[in-house]
Amino acid sequence: MLLITCPYCGPRDDAEFSYGNQAHIARPVDPSVCSDQEWAEYLYYRDNPKGPFAERWMHAAGCRRWFHVVRDTNTHAILQTYKVGEWPDPAIDPREGTS
Amino acid sequence: MSQPNRLATGGRIDRGRPLAFRFDGRTLHGYAGDTLASALLANGVHLVGRSFKYHRPRGILGLGAEEPNALIQLGRGNRTEPNLRATQIELFDGLDAQSQNRWPCLRFDVGAVNSAFHRLFPAGFYYKTFMWPPALWKTYEEVIRNAAGLGKAPEGPDPDRYERMHAHCDVLVCGGGPAGLAAALAAGRSGARVILADEQSEFGGSLLGEADVAIGGSPATDWVAEVVAELESMPDVTLLRRATVNGYYDHNYLTVAERVTDHLGVGLPTVPRQRLWKIRAKRVILATGAIERPLVFRDNDRPGVMLSSAMRGYAVRYGVLAGDRPLIVTGNDDGYRTALALADRHARVAGIVDLRAEPEGPLVEAARDRGIEVFAGHSVAGAHGGRRVEAAEIAFMTRDGSGITGGTRTIECDAIAMAGGFNPTVHLFSQSRGKLRWDEERAIFLPGTSHEAEVSVGGCAGTESVAQAIKDGIRAAVEQVRDLGHTVRQPAAPAVEEPGQGAGNRVIWMLPSTAPVGRKGKHFVDFQNDVTAADVMLATREGYRSIEHVKRYTTTGMGTDQGKTSNVNALAIVGQTLGVDVPAVGTTTFRPPYTPTTIGAYGGRDVGRLFAPVRTTAMDSWHRANGARFEHVADWMRAYYYPKDGESFRQAVDREVTAARQGVGVLDASTLGKIDVRGKDSAEFLNRVYTNAWAKLGVGRCRYGLMLKEDGMVMDDGVTTRLADDHFHMTTTTGGAARVLNWLEEYLQTEWPEMDVRLTSVTEQWAVASICGPKSRELLGRICTDIDLSNDAFPFMAMQEGTVAGIPARVFRISFTGELSYEINVPTRYGLALWEAVMAAGADLGITPYGTEAMHVLRAEKGFIIVGQDTDGSVTPLDLGMDWIVSKQKPDFIGKRGMARPDLSKPDRKQLVGLYTKDPNEVLPEGAQVVETLKPKPPMAMLGHVTSSYYSPSVGRSIAMALIKGGHARKGQTLHVPLEGRTVEVTVTDGTVFFDPEGSRRDG
Ligand SMILES: [Zn+2]
Repeated sequence: MLLITCPYCGPRDDAEFSYGNQAHIARPVDPSVCSDQEWAEYLYYRDNPKGPFAERWMHAAGCRRWFHVVRDTNTHAILQTYKVGEWPDPAIDPREGTS
Repeated sequence: MSQPNRLATGGRIDRGRPLAFRFDGRTLHGYAGDTLASALLANGVHLVGRSFKYHRPRGILGLGAEEPNALIQLGRGNRTEPNLRATQIELFDGLDAQSQNRWPCLRFDVGAVNSAFHRLFPAGFYYKTFMWPPALWKTYEEVIRNAAGLGKAPEGPDPDRYERMHAHCDVLVCGGGPAGLAAALAAGRSGARVILADEQSEFGGSLLGEADVAIGGSPATDWVAEVVAELESMPDVTLLRRATVNGYYDHNYLTVAERVTDHLGVGLPTVPRQRLWKIRAKRVILATGAIERPLVFRDNDRPGVMLSSAMRGYAVRYGVLAGDRPLIVTGNDDGYRTALALADRHARVAGIVDLRAEPEGPLVEAARDRGIEVFAGHSVAGAHGGRRVEAAEIAFMTRDGSGITGGTRTIECDAIAMAGGFNPTVHLFSQSRGKLRWDEERAIFLPGTSHEAEVSVGGCAGTESVAQAIKDGIRAAVEQVRDLGHTVRQPAAPAVEEPGQGAGNRVIWMLPSTAPVGRKGKHFVDFQNDVTAADVMLATREGYRSIEHVKRYTTTGMGTDQGKTSNVNALAIVGQTLGVDVPAVGTTTFRPPYTPTTIGAYGGRDVGRLFAPVRTTAMDSWHRANGARFEHVADWMRAYYYPKDGESFRQAVDREVTAARQGVGVLDASTLGKIDVRGKDSAEFLNRVYTNAWAKLGVGRCRYGLMLKEDGMVMDDGVTTRLADDHFHMTTTTGGAARVLNWLEEYLQTEWPEMDVRLTSVTEQWAVASICGPKSRELLGRICTDIDLSNDAFPFMAMQEGTVAGIPARVFRISFTGELSYEINVPTRYGLALWEAVMAAGADLGITPYGTEAMHVLRAEKGFIIVGQDTDGSVTPLDLGMDWIVSKQKPDFIGKRGMARPDLSKPDRKQLVGLYTKDPNEVLPEGAQVVETLKPKPPMAMLGHVTSSYYSPSVGRSIAMALIKGGHARKGQTLHVPLEGRTVEVTVTDGTVFFDPEGSRRDG
């Protein structure tokens, strides 16, 4: 049972949240120019790291807002939570090519 | 009333409150304050069960949670509970206990022949048997299932009430012995919010069973009482008794199973039977104590062989002597405490077998002074006796303890106390993902690296002295509360008098005997699962190296006790056999719950009607009063059909369908999902989430829409109406309402946050009566005078606001049946009034309420799909033949790119078609497979399956829809539907519209 800090409501049990997988995967602006491979990568391909991972959560039994979490998938430590449109701390940013 | 083994005085029992109880039908007596185990021992009952595999007689081994043998079936009927440890059952008047795993009775057990034929049950028996031909396994399974088993489940629903509690605290203290009490006191005095939970009926832990410890100059239990009284006076301290901290999860989330009324034997109306606490603690202090380790010697499972601390505990706490003539076998000084405590209580101690060659120190001196014979450097070569231990064979050991020298000597005894040293109870620490550390010198696992914000103190941290445990508890609590920002008010550590421990523990993992292990008798490691040292050694000979594999192969540690008394012995024997140290073999992982917990406690109030919400519409009471049958649709209870006097299901549905086609019918359509869409970008938003175009839809006009997922598959459908330029009323399927809302919200929040669109679920705000049939205009005209209902003024796919039966209403001219139809939406609180008004106004028109089954038939006659029935998440609009609704002009909408994948336009995809059976009265079962070429038996190449199938009174025959490979090109083909024992011939129809293909009925 994780303790997740909703950026809008504060710390809550994970039972209040629903999970939305990897964060910072933007829908292509013009999907029609995507190759099948690019479209498949957008739709289906997700990272599965052991360690810090930026992911999306939604406070389903609370404010119902989507937000982002950097969670260590190994220790389950919540390293950061932040709003949609914001970015992880550079020091812990797990995204490829950023750290 | 005689309790032959009860001492005249002493103990924490109330001799003024005798209690009668039954064990295997026999009435016995004990006292308030007893456990079932202590009461049985008081009555001289040692034999309490038969072992799991060999059906050997078994007695009580322990004092508490560690008990592997004395598993009890408690109570009768729907309240019966299996596998309860007699050592943890508090005695109450009328308690009704039965032993388990014996047939026909405890004293004569035919299963004990297994003992004679034990070669049938070697280590890995189950695995090896599974390797044999499956036919043989069936034979074995029957025999094993009849002979084995641990108690019986109740046959009916649990009549008791359970609850869940959620709590938060600064410090959760797990365990109320000396360390835990001291920690709770220090934290409590410092103003922290504290929860102290302990599994026993009273606080004090091990102190309740010791006579030789004094704190502050008084008996230790006086100090316990003082501390508890002070804690009880603190408003921010919660004390939980009979409350086992049974689970330690991420981020300091712990569960506590509190047994509220079990000890009373009867429930109370005001409280639940059990509570499951879910506690989020800023800090956790683990003070869970230690469990004594049995010694592994030949036939160490004879009733009367017990843990030394347990035998002492029964004497001191309960005033019960487990034997008149006990023999102590020990590797340490603690065994001497037992010898002295028993001697003080009039037992004729038969001697102390000390594994150490030259024991010395005050306790050893005291025993010798009492005239107790000490057999230093001796081994127990074996125990004798059947249903009760009668003697022990002892012998001198070689210096290294690997064998015996000289002959053996027989010592008569009626009980044997085993003092193998104490294993810290690291279960919760391990559950929290803390890493254990092996202390080679003391041969115990200790808490190593923490994962969560917790600290272990006292026995579970390896501390053996009470004084040190109290100091550690205070220090740990002070550190934690200071860290949390509290002002520390530290209690002074009291002076403690306790026996000093001498030369440490000599560890011999298998006591040497006259024959090698496995040759003669049995050396039990895991009493509950009947695993012997020979089994563990056999597993290593067969190549198992990791303890996790040995566990699963031999089943050691896999019982309901999770190996509390067996794990370390098993690990060490594997290590010794392989010639490696214990850490190289591995550590076992402990998992919740620490002790078995009732499913009821986990379920709490989420049972019966409260298991899942049931949603009902505003018209529900009318449906019930008028004999409707119901079906579950998502969380809703919907009227399924309304049988009239003696009608069958089919007769009722046929009548309802016919009325809706020929006269007027009314359907409660309130459950349809409804979403209010507002904001200046609403039309553009709909353009992105539906496949068709929405920008030009006029105000007051309705349009059918299909929603796809990004992969191009159909997700939901419904009619959406423009109420104003920037305001739409969207409908979804009944089951898809919440999913669609979530999904739309996700896009708005994460992909298109710049859009001005707000979504509100209004499903519950509107009640809907859908009237349908050629007479529906006439009916509506009688109760609605402010809307012009003529075709020109109120055409198909339009919405008008007005007043219906005096109620403000939105009326939608949309149709799911192909008939002239009006969906009348009114605020939910007027739903029943609307329905009654419709029924009254239509009485002379023969108005007929119809349920969901007739609705299905009506829509299927018209070939309208139900998303989720005729689609399954792998179906595109093209597969459905619905190309007409997919915009070619829009540059993008959700699913457009996905649909463009070449695979999705292949001609051999499964496509929706209509089917006619050869026999017009044959109604295919939905889900039936369709094949092209019949074979005498499966396998046959399957083309697809039937998705919808009904008898259609309007067409006068059965109709069906099916998803068939390349179906759109199969018009007129004959296919086959193999059913159980027969086959049905079907023809693919021209399209899926079975009735009124011209659509001539829509305008009435
Ligand atoms: Zn929130």
